[in-house]
Amino acid sequence: MKKLTSKDSSWFSSGSPWIWLNGGAVALCMIMVIGLLGLISVRGFGHFWPADILQTSIVDRSGQTHIIMGEAVRDEVIPAAVARDGGYEIEPDVELITRHLFRMGNRDISGRDFVWYLDIGMKPWDYPIDAVSIERREWGNFYGYPVAIKEGDTLVSELTSADFWDQLNQRLSRALDLHAQIHRIEKVDIGRINKRMDDLRLDRRRLELDGVSGAALASADVEFAERRAALEAEYAIVKKMRDDILGQATRDKLLVRTADGKEAVIAFDHIVRVTRSNAMSPAQKLGQYFERVWEFLSDEPREANTEGGIFPAIFGTITMVIVMSIMVTPLGILAAIYLREYAKQGTMLKIIRISVYNLAGVPSIVYGVFGLGFFVYILGGNIDQLFYPESLPAPTFGTPGLFWASLTLALLTLPIVIVSTEEGLSRIPSTIRQGSLALGATKAETLWKVVVPLATPAMMTGLILAIARAAGEVAPLMLVGVVKLAPALPIDGNYPYLHLDQKIMHLGFHIYDVGFQSPNVEAARPLVYATSLTLILLIIALNITAIKIRNDLREKYRSASD
Amino acid sequence: MSEPIAMAKQAPSLMPTTEQRSRLRRIRKFNDGLSRYGVMSAGLAVVFSLGLIFFYLFSEIAPLFRGASIEIVETYTPAQLNQVESDAIEYLTLERYEEIGASFKRSGAVNFFNVVDGTKVLDVSISRAADADFTSLATSTPDHGLVAYGYNNGQVSVTKVNYALSYPQDKRHITPSLVFPLGETPLQLDSSGAALTHLAIQETANGILIGAVTADQRLLLAVYSSSENMITGEVSLSQEVFTLPPLPQGSSPVAMQIDEVAQHLIVATDKSQLLLYKIVDPTAITRMDPVAVSGGKITAMEFLVGTASLVIGTDKGEVSQWFLVRNNESNIYHITFVRAFDALEGAITRLTPEHARRGFWASDDKGNIGIYYGTSERTLFLDSVGDKPIKQIAISPIHNRSLLLDDTNQLLVADVWNKHPEVSFSSLWQKVWYEGRDAPEYIWQASSGSDNFEPKMSFVPLSIGTLKAAFFAILFAVPLGVMGAIYTAYFMTPKLRGIVKPSIEIMAALPTVILGFLAGLWLAPFIENHLPAIFSILILLPVIMLITGYLWSRFPDSVRNRVPEGWEAVILVLPIILTVWACVAASPFTEIWLFDGSMRQWFTENGIDYSQRNALVVGIVMGFAVIPTIFSIAEDAVFSVPRHLTQGSLALGATRWQTVVGVVLPTASPGIFSAVMMGFGRAVGETMIVLMATGNSPVVNFNIFEGMRTLSANIAVELPETAVASTHFRVLFLAALVLLALTFVVNTIAEVIRQRLRQRYSNL
Repeated sequence: MKKLTSKDSSWFSSGSPWIWLNGGAVALCMIMVIGLLGLISVRGFGHFWPADILQTSIVDRSGQTHIIMGEAVRDEVIPAAVARDGGYEIEPDVELITRHLFRMGNRDISGRDFVWYLDIGMKPWDYPIDAVSIERREWGNFYGYPVAIKEGDTLVSELTSADFWDQLNQRLSRALDLHAQIHRIEKVDIGRINKRMDDLRLDRRRLELDGVSGAALASADVEFAERRAALEAEYAIVKKMRDDILGQATRDKLLVRTADGKEAVIAFDHIVRVTRSNAMSPAQKLGQYFERVWEFLSDEPREANTEGGIFPAIFGTITMVIVMSIMVTPLGILAAIYLREYAKQGTMLKIIRISVYNLAGVPSIVYGVFGLGFFVYILGGNIDQLFYPESLPAPTFGTPGLFWASLTLALLTLPIVIVSTEEGLSRIPSTIRQGSLALGATKAETLWKVVVPLATPAMMTGLILAIARAAGEVAPLMLVGVVKLAPALPIDGNYPYLHLDQKIMHLGFHIYDVGFQSPNVEAARPLVYATSLTLILLIIALNITAIKIRNDLREKYRSASD
Repeated sequence: MSEPIAMAKQAPSLMPTTEQRSRLRRIRKFNDGLSRYGVMSAGLAVVFSLGLIFFYLFSEIAPLFRGASIEIVETYTPAQLNQVESDAIEYLTLERYEEIGASFKRSGAVNFFNVVDGTKVLDVSISRAADADFTSLATSTPDHGLVAYGYNNGQVSVTKVNYALSYPQDKRHITPSLVFPLGETPLQLDSSGAALTHLAIQETANGILIGAVTADQRLLLAVYSSSENMITGEVSLSQEVFTLPPLPQGSSPVAMQIDEVAQHLIVATDKSQLLLYKIVDPTAITRMDPVAVSGGKITAMEFLVGTASLVIGTDKGEVSQWFLVRNNESNIYHITFVRAFDALEGAITRLTPEHARRGFWASDDKGNIGIYYGTSERTLFLDSVGDKPIKQIAISPIHNRSLLLDDTNQLLVADVWNKHPEVSFSSLWQKVWYEGRDAPEYIWQASSGSDNFEPKMSFVPLSIGTLKAAFFAILFAVPLGVMGAIYTAYFMTPKLRGIVKPSIEIMAALPTVILGFLAGLWLAPFIENHLPAIFSILILLPVIMLITGYLWSRFPDSVRNRVPEGWEAVILVLPIILTVWACVAASPFTEIWLFDGSMRQWFTENGIDYSQRNALVVGIVMGFAVIPTIFSIAEDAVFSVPRHLTQGSLALGATRWQTVVGVVLPTASPGIFSAVMMGFGRAVGETMIVLMATGNSPVVNFNIFEGMRTLSANIAVELPETAVASTHFRVLFLAALVLLALTFVVNTIAEVIRQRLRQRYSNL
């Protein structure tokens, strides 16, 4: 080996290696950030692309042939020892094997959705043109071949007939249409009637609690009975309408065959989508891609949240953040103005200020614990006693819900708004203040007409940071009002329109729940990536909107501060 | 001021009148005051509500550390109780609604009475043979509620109190009655008809077991099992009586107990010895060597709920708890001393276990009462309730009321506050000897499906888990964050810095639930399958960085001069990516060469526990979450080191790195320290990542390949499922308070250091 030259040793003694190491740290951080966002984007966006349906067969060592049909999910190279531990018999000279994960669907028939297969003994993959994947409302996907369409008991069309695919699409869109009608009736009309029925019950209970009895109660009862009868009549009509449509919807049936020859019947009203991806052109695939993205964003979840969309979660997250902003903005700004403008500056204030700043670093779960104990059980319990005694012992506000979730997050983000506003206030030159006072303005006038407008951009910054933090926070929400599946949206057409007592769904909690609590993690995984991507995009969008507002305001007040 | 001008237009004069001006002045003054007091009250309200978090958490946990209190609400001598000396009350109970008490007397009369005023509810009596006289009484654990009477003709009666609930007119009505699980007619336990001087009864899976000592010092064990005839539906009762090995010569029994699993019978003797009989196989009962009890003669002995531990009282007032501990090697149980409690003044007259938890009451012959709890080793109450000896104690199943009977047949009705005896400082932070364990341990296991479960609430595993997670996160984040900050602030070109700094800071806004999900579902399996890659990346990356740097220094100047200084990080991007890729690609081969095909298995074979979701995964991902915090604050500190200092150093001939080491770092070190503290504070409180990326098993070790359960994750997991205001609920609040205090202290230190530093910079 060559001896170190003086140049080499000076390179070492100059400390350059350390600079390179430090530079490497930055490079590594950046690679991790970009890699993480890239990973989520690729997995999240990729989920919606219609995958080709492959068919192959594999011969196991006992000589039996298994036919595999489905989507290839991923594959990996593993040391043979790992596979041997898993109970596979592998030739002793093999050291590395590839294994493939297939999504085979047909949970109702085979009971196995995702299956790993080793590469050994596997035939080349084939992409049959007639293979379809059928997205169903229950039991997940079906992979196989369509055979025929039946209307009632009569055969309408067979795979060999020329109009088969047209028939299929027509009847499918009819079934989807009917399903949408049923859904609307159930959610909107029946929901409204149920709500009124419940209101009636509560009205009567309230009368009782108010001490109304005897003749007055009896006459009220007569009225209640009339109203109830009217509602029941209305319900009968709506129910009949629903049953009629339901009868129509079950008309058509699709006969299908799995790759290994088992026949099955799928009713059209159970089908969400039939994809013949092997026969689709890239343009068609792109079309379906966007259709699926839209469905994901606008639909409700199905099958224990592992399929369908995430609309209620998006809606819940945004509603919660908005309610939170309405509460945190005035409070945070007033508190900051108090600390900076009105409070007597001294040691006590210094302590208060450091404490407030530090609350920003307190673990969010602590706020959740406080919210559950104080807001939900103490405040909520008392509100129920005072304002909703008629529905007790069923709690109204004495249970986790939207309002408490928002309030907890408001408390959690309060320090952020305070810190940021105070910083904005402290940056305003004292000359401006003194100028205003010198012109004879009162302190309040100086504050509200000169100082606060100038500090608006800082307040907006605080709000932006608060919203970004709140939208991504999950731990406290698990305690104070977020659930895996909320029965209804917090805003609907029934009075009082915004239901602050309702439990909500939340994107962050959805990720946790679907990724870790769901029975079929493998099926849910792409959905979790897509949800994560949505959450990240939502947070970035919120940030960008707010940053834009801040910049506009800054422009607006620039002339004022000059 | 638009208003006066508008008014001026209408007025003939251009100036506002005096009246108008004074009105305006009043309005402005009012507005000024409104603003002042409005803002003040809002501001104070906010500060107050933030302070409320502390006060509320304190108020929620305060009851945990309060002892028990007793208030005697009634003292009376009920008519039926006021009896002749010979018909004394031998046993007293109280039902769960705390309305009706029952007294069992020598004569076999059982009186149900209203607790509040002693009025009679029901009198029944237990039938016995005409010539039989009372000799002894025994009770099972309170959950089963069996009472056995022993007679001088060798017979026993077994009974049990039953309360039927009904709600006529929406009001609760309790109808007491006696049931006889073994039939109403007394059973002949001792065939020779000797008097039964001592009894013990227990309901077990094998039927009802009764132990008895006869007047001629024989020890008998009777097993009663009832079986239903499948065809006739007739219930038939079988009795088998076994004789136990006799007591050591010269000692006579004081008390006797049988455990619920029908494995052990324990006799306390007047020689202060405890004798353990193994009765698993009643045909071959063996007696273990006696165990001596110090501190006086044994006067009372009872099983606590679950019958895994005994409490013993002596004539000197000593109260102690003993376990049946299994020896791991010989698989034999021994009676072992576990803990002693604060002693009472006089001789113990009575020990009464509480329902459903490991508490018990003790009374002495001087009128004192002691309330104790096993697990937490607490003496909750120790005081006199009168000057007469207390003979009987009855505690209600919900622990809010108790009946005390003194030897003048006076009944004291006491309202009890004893809600949280399970927790003490020692049970939270020190090793505790739990039932069924062979040594004191740190365990967190707060709930279980079983009724007789002993909650194990030690904060030590959770705290260690929290520190472990934070430690590995900091270990990962500090080198990257701090070195990155030094480079970005001091070496990087301003243009690059403008991109890099916000990008890394934006990571702070990344929801941790996403990081947790990636950690659990992507990184954990990836690491498990590519273990060698992780280690080779760790070793190779710095080496590759140095080699790249060295090679770069040997490049011809023409190439080097094209890239300005401060772009080292960009040059390194490609080598780093290539190294990582190469390590991952080579991972399976490395496993085959060095670890027989599977590194994970190699770990297992070498005695290293490995779980998929482990501290390594948490360290990396939580480190990733902490990097922006550390980076941002450290970068600020390094960047604001006054330029004249560094320029002076460079002018004196120091190299760039020497300037960093000699000038920049010493100046900025408090800021860097505060950055690390802030990062640590964040790691300690992080919930979602640890919740999702660890197995959440509360282990007590620092093995990087095992998981942990942190305080925060524990709260998230358990709080939604606990009953409001229960001990468990309050303990979780205490965990939240511990977290709050910890992060508050850490953050305050960091903040104070930072402010000091800022002052120092402004002085320089």
